[in-house]
Formats: sequence, C-alpha cells, structure tokens
Amino acid sequence: MSDISQNGAPKRTGSLLSKDARTAKRNRAESRFKLYGILAIAVGLLMLVTLVYNIVSRGTGAFTQTFVTLEVTLSEDKLDKKGNRNLDEIKKVSTFGYAPLIKDAIGKEVEKLGIQTDLPAKKQAAILSKSAAAQLRDYVIANPDKIGDTVEFRFLTNSRVDGYMKDRVSRDSIANDKSISPAQLDFVDQLVAEGVIVKSFNLDFIFGADASDQRPEAAGIGVSMIGSLFMMLVVLVLALPIGVAASIYLEEFAPKNWITDVIEVNISNLAAVPSIVYGILGLAVFINYMHLPMSAPLVGGLVLTLMTLPTIIISTRASLKAVPPSIRDAALGVGASKMQSVFHHVLPLAAPGILTGTIIGLAQALGETAPLLLIGMVGFIASNAPDSVAGGLLSPNSAMPAQIYEWAKRADPAFYERAWGGIIILLIFLVTMNTVAVILRRRFERRW
Amino acid sequence: MNDMARVERRVGTKNAKITARDVQVHYGDTHAIKDVNVEIGDKTVTAFIGPSGCGKSTFLRCLNRMNDTIDACRVRGDILLDGEDIYDKRVDPVQLRAKVGMVFQKPNPFPKSIYDNVAYGPRIHGLARNKPELDEIVEKSLRRAAIWNEVKDRLDAPGTGLSGGQQQRLCIARAVATEPEVLLMDEPCSALDPIATAQVEELIDELRQRYSVVIVTHSMQQAARVSQKTAFFHLGNLVEFGETGQIFTNPQDPRTESYITGRIG
Repeated sequence: MSDISQNGAPKRTGSLLSKDARTAKRNRAESRFKLYGILAIAVGLLMLVTLVYNIVSRGTGAFTQTFVTLEVTLSEDKLDKKGNRNLDEIKKVSTFGYAPLIKDAIGKEVEKLGIQTDLPAKKQAAILSKSAAAQLRDYVIANPDKIGDTVEFRFLTNSRVDGYMKDRVSRDSIANDKSISPAQLDFVDQLVAEGVIVKSFNLDFIFGADASDQRPEAAGIGVSMIGSLFMMLVVLVLALPIGVAASIYLEEFAPKNWITDVIEVNISNLAAVPSIVYGILGLAVFINYMHLPMSAPLVGGLVLTLMTLPTIIISTRASLKAVPPSIRDAALGVGASKMQSVFHHVLPLAAPGILTGTIIGLAQALGETAPLLLIGMVGFIASNAPDSVAGGLLSPNSAMPAQIYEWAKRADPAFYERAWGGIIILLIFLVTMNTVAVILRRRFERRW
Repeated sequence: MNDMARVERRVGTKNAKITARDVQVHYGDTHAIKDVNVEIGDKTVTAFIGPSGCGKSTFLRCLNRMNDTIDACRVRGDILLDGEDIYDKRVDPVQLRAKVGMVFQKPNPFPKSIYDNVAYGPRIHGLARNKPELDEIVEKSLRRAAIWNEVKDRLDAPGTGLSGGQQQRLCIARAVATEPEVLLMDEPCSALDPIATAQVEELIDELRQRYSVVIVTHSMQQAARVSQKTAFFHLGNLVEFGETGQIFTNPQDPRTESYITGRIG
C-alpha cells in the first residue's frame, strides 16, 4: 500500500471550489452528449410536425365536397311511359335516360335565378358528376311512387369543379382540359354566387364505396374500412387464442431444451420477415392450394394472422415472464396444479401486457399493405354497404391501406387528395388503437 | 463422525412425521445435498441453520417437491411422509403440497383480496361445500395466523396492501387454510422488521400445537428461540442434528461450534 501512495498518481491538492482539468473535460463531454440528444429529439419532432402538417393540409380536402342542389321533375313520360309503375319496366330506363331530366332541372334553375349565360344546356349539365344520373335512377327505383313529382336533390359536381372550388384547378391549368372549359367555370361562379353550388362536409367519403377513374368525386373509403374490419376480426379471433396458447405452453410448460430454443429463435425471426413474404405464402397456400376465394377478407385475415402471431407471441411471453415467480411458487405452495397456477394467477396478471401486445399487433396488421396486394385485396367495390359486403368474409373487398394505394396510383389529382384523406382516417384508427393500448397498460398494470 | 451417529440416535423418535434417508440433490453437475438423513418429529419446530448456499433451502423444498419445477434438479434417496415415499411415481405433487404447506422468504400474497388469498387453497381442494363453510375456514385460518383482528373489517382489501409482517402472516394463513400436516417456512422473517419478526415467531410457537413446522433461518437466535430441534447444514452436508439446546450449548461437531460461535459462515 505504501508504495502506491509514493509512486502512484499525484495527490490532488486543488481546492474543491475550482474544477480540475479532468472534471471540466468530463462535464463538457456530458453537456455535449445532452445537446446531441436534444438535437436528435428536435429533428424527430420537426419530421413529425412536417408529416402531420402535410397529411392534414393535403388530406382535409377529401372530407368536403362540392354539391349542387337542384329540383328535378321526375316526369312520367320519360321514366314510365305506360304509367303502370311496373318496376321492371322502370328499371329498363338506363342512366342515359335520366340525363335529360338533369339538363331540364339545371335549365329551370338558371331561368328561375335569372342567370345570364351563353353556355349550352348540355355543357351546363356537364358540371355535374357522372354519378348524378345514377343517383337519380337509384332514387326512382327505390321510390317509384314519386314519379311525376318534383324532388329536391343534392348532386355532386364533377371533380374539376370540385377542384376549382378547392383551388386545385385554375383557368390556366385547364387550358388543355377537354372535360371542362373556362366558360363552365364562369357558370360555376355564377351558381356559387346564387348559393346553388356549395362546399360542405362529405359523409360519403367516410362511408361510401370506391368509384371508377371517371368519378373521383364519388369515391369513398367506407367499404374498404369494412374490409379492414373483417380482417381485424379474423386476426383477433385466430391470432389471439393461438398466440396466447403457444406462449403459455412455451413459457410455462415446455421443457427447456434445444427444440424449444430453435422454436424460440424462429419465432423471433418470423417477426422480422418482410410482410410481402407472408403475402406470397398466402397466395400459394390459401388461394392456389386451398382454393379460398381471392380478394376475400378471410384470406387477408389469415395472412395477417400469420404476420401478427410472432408479435403477439413475443409480447405475451414477455408479459408472462414479467409475472414474478413468487406468485407461481405461492400458488404451487398451496397445492394448485401447474395449470391452475397459470390460469388463476399468472395469466390475469399478464393480461394487460397481452392485450397491449395484441392491440399493437392488430394496429400493425391494419396498416399492412404489401401482403394484401399479392392476394388481390385491392378489389374495386363500387356499390355501397351493406350490399357490397353481404358476403361477409368471403365477398371480395379491399382494405384501407390498399385502397389508399389504389387511389395514389390513379392519374386524376382528385384521387391524390382522397389518398391523403384516407391516410388521415387510417391514422385516426391507428392512433386510437395505440392510445387504447397505452391506457390499458397504465390502468391495469400492477407493480410488486 | 461417531459422535454424530450418537446424536442422531437420540433424536430419532417414534412419532417422526418426515423421515429423510440418504437424500442426494443434484443441480445439473452440482452436488447440492449430500447424504442427508433426518427425522422431523410431529408437532415440533425443526430449524435448519447454516451458511448461505449450504443447501438448507434446497432440502426444505425437497420436502414438498417444490424442486420439481426446476428442470435441472434431481433428487435421489427416500423422503417418507408418514411412512410413504413422497417421490414415489404414484404421488401427485399437487396432493402432497396440500398436505405439506409452504411459506416463502418474501411475503407473496396473491394480488387479490385478503379473503381470496386465504380462500384460494380451500377452493381448489374443495374443502368447503358452501359460502358459510368457506367463510368459517377463512376466519379460522386468519385467527390461527394471528391476523384476524387486524383484517376482519377489510377482507375485501387487496392482500398486497398490507404491511410486510401482515403479508407474511396472511401467507401463513393461506398455508394453514388447506389444513396441512407439515408447514415449511423458508426464512419467513428475513424480509421483516424486528417487531413483525417477533409476531411471526410467536405465531410459529402456536402453530406447533397443530402442525409439524420446519423453518429455515439465517438467524441463529431465531432458531434458538423458536425451535425444539435444530439441524446444521454445511456445504450440502447435514453436519449435526439434535435438540436445539444441545446444538447451541454443547455442539458435537467442530464445524457446528465454529458456526454458532461466529467463526465461519
């Protein structure tokens, strides 16, 4: 001991009130590190703000739509020439036959309001969506007794007019556009001044079905939302019991040997497998081999189940591990069997963790797109719920992220806006699910 | 070693509850318990003392086969409870543990109500036919564990909300609720303060009226206070076993003497 104090490091003699060089250096390193951390968080926050700003500013447009309110006379000589209200005969009148009614209605409106325009009647009617005639026909078929009456309708305008109202379309940008002319935009301005054309909240975007390339104004995310919901049900019903049962067995009952080690490693590996691999697996097994219908939420759910299982198993095992062994000892000590100790004591304590893991797994599955593309879950479903989803798990459908992908792919910029709107809805779902997971964990977590 | 043989003969009583013969325990490659022979009398308190890692807890856990839950653990030799080999293939450890209750080092009440903590054992063993009977068992057990007066007004309160000493007595109540014949206690007071320790020790003395109690303890004073018989373990061997008074005043083995006088351990 004595030679260390003689030959070792020099004894510190400085005052405590002044920092020596080493301490100052250490302190500098520490404040530098803190600064890096703050910078990293700031960059992250900035990204988040940019992302949210982008999504909100581009997507909110999808929730409003431009509407025209018109009084349409459902004249009998056009719709039911024989006047016998025979539904089969009424159905023979195609949407083409309804076009003159709309043309008349808009002409009457112009006359009533005293709007001065040189626009021919056909061009006037062209500011409406192509879905207007279909909307009229659906109404007449549903209410044949209204034939002969004058009924007020709220029609969508076409996507160019809608874009004009949302400043997406300008007179310059339509210079080479055949579907709309500056004269029509003037006409729109006149109607807006009279309050015939208004922009208002569009519930059909949230609950409606997709629409064809020609009618972006009519497209909604509702049906694919139901598709997603069906898939989530399949995932919940299959992945939760299978995952929890597998975890309980592996964690509590299985002997610890090389076989269980291999299984454990592989479960962790599966969690990291790219989702498209599950997609092609689902295509090969569920569709090509088992001949389940394509585009069905059942198949989508099965594929997402495979994908979610590792997540659920890993989180369930983690929460089972977190239950202190003293609880197991206590149960065994009073003569509970292994299974009783697991189901009476360990599982209830692990339940919040299991639920959290499951919800996070579900949220992951909800946002998954790639595997759905491979099993054809990008079905184009044009009719509204409930008809379009009457087949339940087996009727072809899409899913929210796949629908968003579809929209983003289409040429018309009006679809682009809807893609962003779809993202907002998807994010609302994800944030809600994750919040529920956090609340569950906070609320039911026990500490020992 | 001749001295030890003499000691054993003296304590070998006819009313032995548990008899262990040539018990060997291996944890993987480690030989944790070597040739332990011991007879634990009925309605007595037997203390296991010894330095850390000497195998006393391991041996205690052999007595109700709690070691079965550890994969690497192998037990050889015979442990007889009322003359029946508890390691016989036909014995279901679950049934055994209902007969041989256990109290652990750290108080480990279930995160449930006080009532449910005590009622759990009787429920799974079907000891009560109806609610009043169960209530009676719960009250009786809590009284035996000397905690009834403190908790009778809040049986629905969570057991984990009690103080450490109360929790440990609740665990004792839980253990006696299944009407065991033997009560194993693994350092039941090591997580408790002196006052709670005194309460538990007093309780152990009362429990002796009905049960055969085996207690593992690090505190030699505690062993001296509560037990009638003491076994001293060292490095997996049972070095000496005898009347507590004898062990502490006139140990036969030099290792025992070193330990109780504080020279080793």
